[in-house]
Amino acid sequence: MAKYLLLKHYRGAPAAVNDVPMDQWTPDEISAHMQYMQDFAGRLEGTGEFVDSQALAPGGTFVRYDGEGRPPVTDGPFAETKDVIAGWMVIDVDSYERAIELAGELSAAPGAGGKPIHEWLELRPFYGVSPTITE
Amino acid sequence: MTSQLNEALLRSLTPSVLGILVRRGADFAAAEDAVQDALVQAVRVWPADPPRDPKGWLVTVAWRKFLDATRADSARRRREDVVDEAPVPGSTPAVDDTLQLYFLCAHPSLTPSSAVALTLRAVGGLTTRQIAQAYLVPEATMAQRISRAKRTVSGVRFDQPGDVATVLRVLYLVFNEGYSGDVDLAAEAIRLTRQLAAVIDHPEVAGLLALMLLHHARRAARTTFDGSLVPLAEQDRGRWDTESIAEGVEMLQAALARDRLGEFQAQAAIAALHADAPSTEETDWVQIVEWYDELARLTGSPVVLLNRAVAVGEADGPRAGLAALVALDDSLPRHTAVAAYLHERDGDLATAAGLYAEAAQKAPNLAERDHLTRQAARLNAHR
Repeated sequence: MAKYLLLKHYRGAPAAVNDVPMDQWTPDEISAHMQYMQDFAGRLEGTGEFVDSQALAPGGTFVRYDGEGRPPVTDGPFAETKDVIAGWMVIDVDSYERAIELAGELSAAPGAGGKPIHEWLELRPFYGVSPTITE
Repeated sequence: MTSQLNEALLRSLTPSVLGILVRRGADFAAAEDAVQDALVQAVRVWPADPPRDPKGWLVTVAWRKFLDATRADSARRRREDVVDEAPVPGSTPAVDDTLQLYFLCAHPSLTPSSAVALTLRAVGGLTTRQIAQAYLVPEATMAQRISRAKRTVSGVRFDQPGDVATVLRVLYLVFNEGYSGDVDLAAEAIRLTRQLAAVIDHPEVAGLLALMLLHHARRAARTTFDGSLVPLAEQDRGRWDTESIAEGVEMLQAALARDRLGEFQAQAAIAALHADAPSTEETDWVQIVEWYDELARLTGSPVVLLNRAVAVGEADGPRAGLAALVALDDSLPRHTAVAAYLHERDGDLATAAGLYAEAAQKAPNLAERDHLTRQAARLNAHR
């Protein structure tokens, strides 16, 4: 029982095998891709492993504290930011191997030509619970 | 009856009510749903109108719910045949129903997370929502996990005895790896293990219950108000629950006297030696090392050897502990943290500080990460 984050990047991950920008796909290919993602999430709910899935808009703002009584400073979005998160899925699985298997399946979502994108997904473990028995 | 008492009583009756439905011919999955429905109704109705015979009430209501659901089902005729053949209420089962439920819910065909969820619902009487909250997953996901688990064991015969070791592993997981939410999973694990001990006479069941009681006794002293970990050596032993310790020790002694040692008794023996000591210095570390040797022999687990190295460090000095550590795979979880601790005890603070920082990076949970970072910071501040 461990939670993992499957991170999908707009930028920052190594290039996918089938690396064609989405606006170059046919509308049917886009629909097929979306359907695959929905089916994947639905299947995970069915296996009792789904926790959450969210998508993020690409433009982000940097914000920081600027001292007592002053409004926060904002900056960006920066076109040159190397790592941009596109979205994530959180899964709750029995093993690391299972998490790898599921990330592999998600990376097989179809893209241009209806072929798998082979996109690199970043798999990050959540911190687990602090066990009661340690000695 | 207060609502809390109500809930405790309800939940303690869950497995026997479910057992009765299954013995009357209801299939496990449908019976389990019916019992949950009856529990919900009881919570609603009992406060204003408490039944004279709570168990009888639950059996009657759950059976009616089962029949209603069955009649609404498309497979109605087949199941009604089963219902017609149902034995009269009150027939005595050959094997204890509650025990059979524990076996079924911990069946080896289930994954650990499924077995935990099913046990908490079918034996513990918790709702799907409560279990979902305890494991921080959506209720829909937990509902699916439980219904899949029920399908997985649907072909398992209810009257087949199971392996008590699988049940103990599930209960250990509930105790050791629950989040602290609305439902107190550690207390729930103790309740379920106590209930198991009442229906099966087995030294390892007693050993696990003793282990849980001994660790639960230290709970108040284990963390500060903000949730930071307090290591055993620094715990305020005056805050340990002496009643719980006394019960655990007594239970363990009775189990050990039967001379059928197992891993939970050995772990409990180690916990008992800690519980017995007024301070770290006055702890019988030599005997703790001996118990770790037993535990290593019983389990063959490298994690046990890692903990043994800490005990050796206390019994024979940090150099001896470090020597014991050298023999172990340094990719073991917490290996770096143990090395940091032993180097600190040995007076090599620079090495220890570096290792604490490294161990923090590898920590499996936030509380340990923060604790190890503080250890590194503490040593760095004094250099």
